[in-house]
Amino acid sequence: MSNNSKLILIFAIIFIAIRLMFYTVDEKGQAVILQFGKPVKTVKESGLHFKLPWPVQTVTFFEKRVLGYDSSEREILTKDKKNLVVDNYAKWRIDDPLVFMVTVRNESGAQARLDDIIYSKLREALGLHDLEEIVSTRREELLKQVTLSCDSTAKDYGIEILDVRIKRADLPEQNKRSVYERMRAERMRIANQYRSEGEEKALIIRAVTDSLKVTIMAEAYRKSEIARGEAEAKAIQIYADAFNRDPEFYEFTRTLESYKSIIDEKTVLVLPADTDLFKYLK
Amino acid sequence: MNIPKKSINIGGEIFEVPDLSRLFGKGIWGVVIVVSLLWALSGFYIVDAAEQGVVRRLGSFSHISEPGIHWHIPFPFEVVDKPKVKQVKRAEIGFRTVDPGPPARYADRKNESLMLTGNLNIVDADMIVQYRILDPVKYLFNVRDLDNTVRLAAEAALRQVIGQREIDEALTTGKGLIQADAKDQLQAILDTYKSGITVIQVQLQDVHPPDAVIDAFKDVASAKEDQHKMVNQAQGYQNDVIPRTRGEAAKMVKEAEAWAFARTTKADGNAHKFINILRQYNKAKNVTRKRLFLETMEEILPGVQKYIIQSDKNGNLMNIMGAPGALSSGGGR
Repeated sequence: MSNNSKLILIFAIIFIAIRLMFYTVDEKGQAVILQFGKPVKTVKESGLHFKLPWPVQTVTFFEKRVLGYDSSEREILTKDKKNLVVDNYAKWRIDDPLVFMVTVRNESGAQARLDDIIYSKLREALGLHDLEEIVSTRREELLKQVTLSCDSTAKDYGIEILDVRIKRADLPEQNKRSVYERMRAERMRIANQYRSEGEEKALIIRAVTDSLKVTIMAEAYRKSEIARGEAEAKAIQIYADAFNRDPEFYEFTRTLESYKSIIDEKTVLVLPADTDLFKYLK
Repeated sequence: MNIPKKSINIGGEIFEVPDLSRLFGKGIWGVVIVVSLLWALSGFYIVDAAEQGVVRRLGSFSHISEPGIHWHIPFPFEVVDKPKVKQVKRAEIGFRTVDPGPPARYADRKNESLMLTGNLNIVDADMIVQYRILDPVKYLFNVRDLDNTVRLAAEAALRQVIGQREIDEALTTGKGLIQADAKDQLQAILDTYKSGITVIQVQLQDVHPPDAVIDAFKDVASAKEDQHKMVNQAQGYQNDVIPRTRGEAAKMVKEAEAWAFARTTKADGNAHKFINILRQYNKAKNVTRKRLFLETMEEILPGVQKYIIQSDKNGNLMNIMGAPGALSSGGGR
């Protein structure tokens, strides 16, 4: 029995010694070794490591992964004196845990410091640009600059800033209203344009139609008059050719013809008795 | 069952522990063997079809295991994570699915969905991002809180892409391009974090004008319709008038042509008639002439009021009361 107790005791001592002298660093983390409370060494390699046993050396662990920072919404004034509600986030990691530990102690200390750094840099950068540039044309480039300058400042705290991004950049409520009014006016303009263009197109089509109608009818008139004229000319020629064979006979027969239509029952004829017709009456 | 107890002294303190040696009756080594066996058995693990196993040995990444049953050196030496690499995850921007239904219910998130476009207009855009783990090692060890990171990055990417577009482009034709750009942008952001995430699809659900101005946008659409209507009506007028006019024109021309044909044909007939008569007339001029004259007189004189008067020697007619002025002599040949 006492043999077994000794065995257990030996195991326990070995176990405790291992716990005091060996430590593992996880793939997700990194460690700082403190000697009598003073940070002396950074361990970034994951795996099993050796240190002097407690209380000489102790170990504190930090994250090695990329961490997030998410700001609350803030109003920032742009170069063209417009208010912009900016909500940004950043990605950072503990680059030098030793410096990190000395300067900001832990992650929540880091969050407060990041808040100061990022807000001031962002404010500075946005103040140098017009709203349009921030929203549309130069956002990417601007954020790269902000990231770089934040990163160089954050180095002092053992922090690396990978990325600063504007999640949202919107206008404050009262400015939104004027944007809406502008949008509405613009739409009305477009709608009016569509309608008057429609009228224009319709009028053009109608006018073209009407003029085409006139043209078609005029052309038809021309054709028919030419046909009539030609026929008339031909008729004249035909008559002339025929009647010229004996103009005097033509005049005679034609005059007789015309009597038939000129003289009707209302005509009063006074005829001398010595005409050819009545010469036998004498 | 009454478990036998015994007291042991560790560092001056008394602990009561189960007396394993008595329980198993084989001494401490038996206990050690049984516990070791149990410990070794705890190293078996199963990787699902949708998962991959990532094994860490003493904190360091060791290897990846594929779906199936595997063994690892048990705790505390090796630890296994089993990220679901085949699972497609989804992030919703601008709305949240409250109840997947059916019927599905959604809640709007206006502060996420309202955004500025180029030329400082505002649109309301909802987006769904589908993504999955591409590299389980990067996924596990590079970024903390990845799902939230994807959401933030997606919001940033969408706003950046929409900010570069004109409102009309965002609302209509540019949708496909916006999706493609947002996807590229999001993937690029996630790659800079070495996140091990691949974006499968970015879908713009619904891009529409903000509620405050939606009626003005609708009016533009109806103005477009009005335009079509006006043009259609005018074309209807055209389609009605032009064929009818062509018909009228053809009628006019045809009538003239018919008249012309009739005119020349009649002239031809008349000419032939004259020539034929003339031919016979030439054979017996005097007689024919007389006959024609008399026939005509017979035809016209019966229905006419006639006064036959003696003329003087000079051939002058004497005046008649009531008769119109002097008449010339020789009423025909």
